[in-house]
Amino acid sequence: MDFIQSIDWMGLLKCFVVGGIICIIGQILIDKTKLTPARILVTFVTAGAILGGLGIYKYLIDFAGAGATVPLTGFGANLAKGAIQEIKTSGLLGAFIGGVKASSGGIAAAVFFGYLASLIAKPKIKKQ
Amino acid sequence: MKPIETKQEYSDYVDKKSPNSPILKNCFNAFWVGGLICSIGQIIMDFCKYRGMDETASSTTVSIILIAISAILTGLNVFNKLGKFAGAGSLIPITGFANSIVSPAIEYKSEGYVMGVGGKMFTVAGPVLVFGISSSVIIGLIALLFSH
Repeated sequence: MDFIQSIDWMGLLKCFVVGGIICIIGQILIDKTKLTPARILVTFVTAGAILGGLGIYKYLIDFAGAGATVPLTGFGANLAKGAIQEIKTSGLLGAFIGGVKASSGGIAAAVFFGYLASLIAKPKIKKQ
Repeated sequence: MKPIETKQEYSDYVDKKSPNSPILKNCFNAFWVGGLICSIGQIIMDFCKYRGMDETASSTTVSIILIAISAILTGLNVFNKLGKFAGAGSLIPITGFANSIVSPAIEYKSEGYVMGVGGKMFTVAGPVLVFGISSSVIIGLIALLFSH
C-alpha cells in the first residue's frame, strides 16, 4: 500500500495531458490529411528520433515521463538516444549498435507476442 | 443527375455524400484514451522504480507490458473496437505499434507460419523500423562527427 501513497498525482496529470496532446496531433493528421496510419507512425517515429537527436525530446520526458516515452515519438527518441550514448563507448560501431540495442526490448516483445497471439487467436471471419 | 466531369466536381460530390468527420469528438476521444494509456504506463513505471529498477529498465518494462496487453486485446478482438473509437489515441502510443504487428500476424495465419505470420507481421511495423533505425544510425553518425 506504500506504493499507492507514493504515486505522484501531479506527475500523472502531466503525463495524461502530454500523452493526450501527442495523440491529438496524430488525430488531426488522420482527419485533415490523407496519410495512412502506417505513414503517420513512420512520421512520429522519425520526428521523435530527430527531436531526440537534437536533445529536445529529453526535456519533454523530464516533464511528462511516460506521457512522452509511451507514444511512438518516445520510441524514436529512444532509438536516437541509444545511438548517441553508444558512440561514446564503441565509436563508429556504436552508431549501428546503439539504436536497436536501446529499443530491443520493445521490438523483441512485439515480435514475440505477435507470434504467440497468432498461435492462440483465431482470425476473425470477414463479413461479406 | 448530370455526369461528373471535373476532379473538383467529384471532390465536392464526395464531400457532400460522405458523413462529416466529427473532428472535435475524435480529438477528444484520442486525447483521453491516449492520455489514459500513457498514465497506465506511468503507473507501471513508478511501480518499477519503487521496486528499485533504474530509469532505462523501468522504461523498457513499461513498453513490454503495454505491448503484451495490446497483443492480448488484439487477440480478443477488443483492440480493433478501441481503435475505431479512439483513433490516434490507441494508434500513437506503443500499443498501436504492437497492434500493427499482432493484427496481421493473426489475420494471415491461413497463409502459413513462415510467409503468412512471419512475413505479413511487418507490413506496417517494417516501415516504422526501417525509418526509425535508419534515423538512429544517421543521428549516431552525426553525433560521432561532432564529438571529435
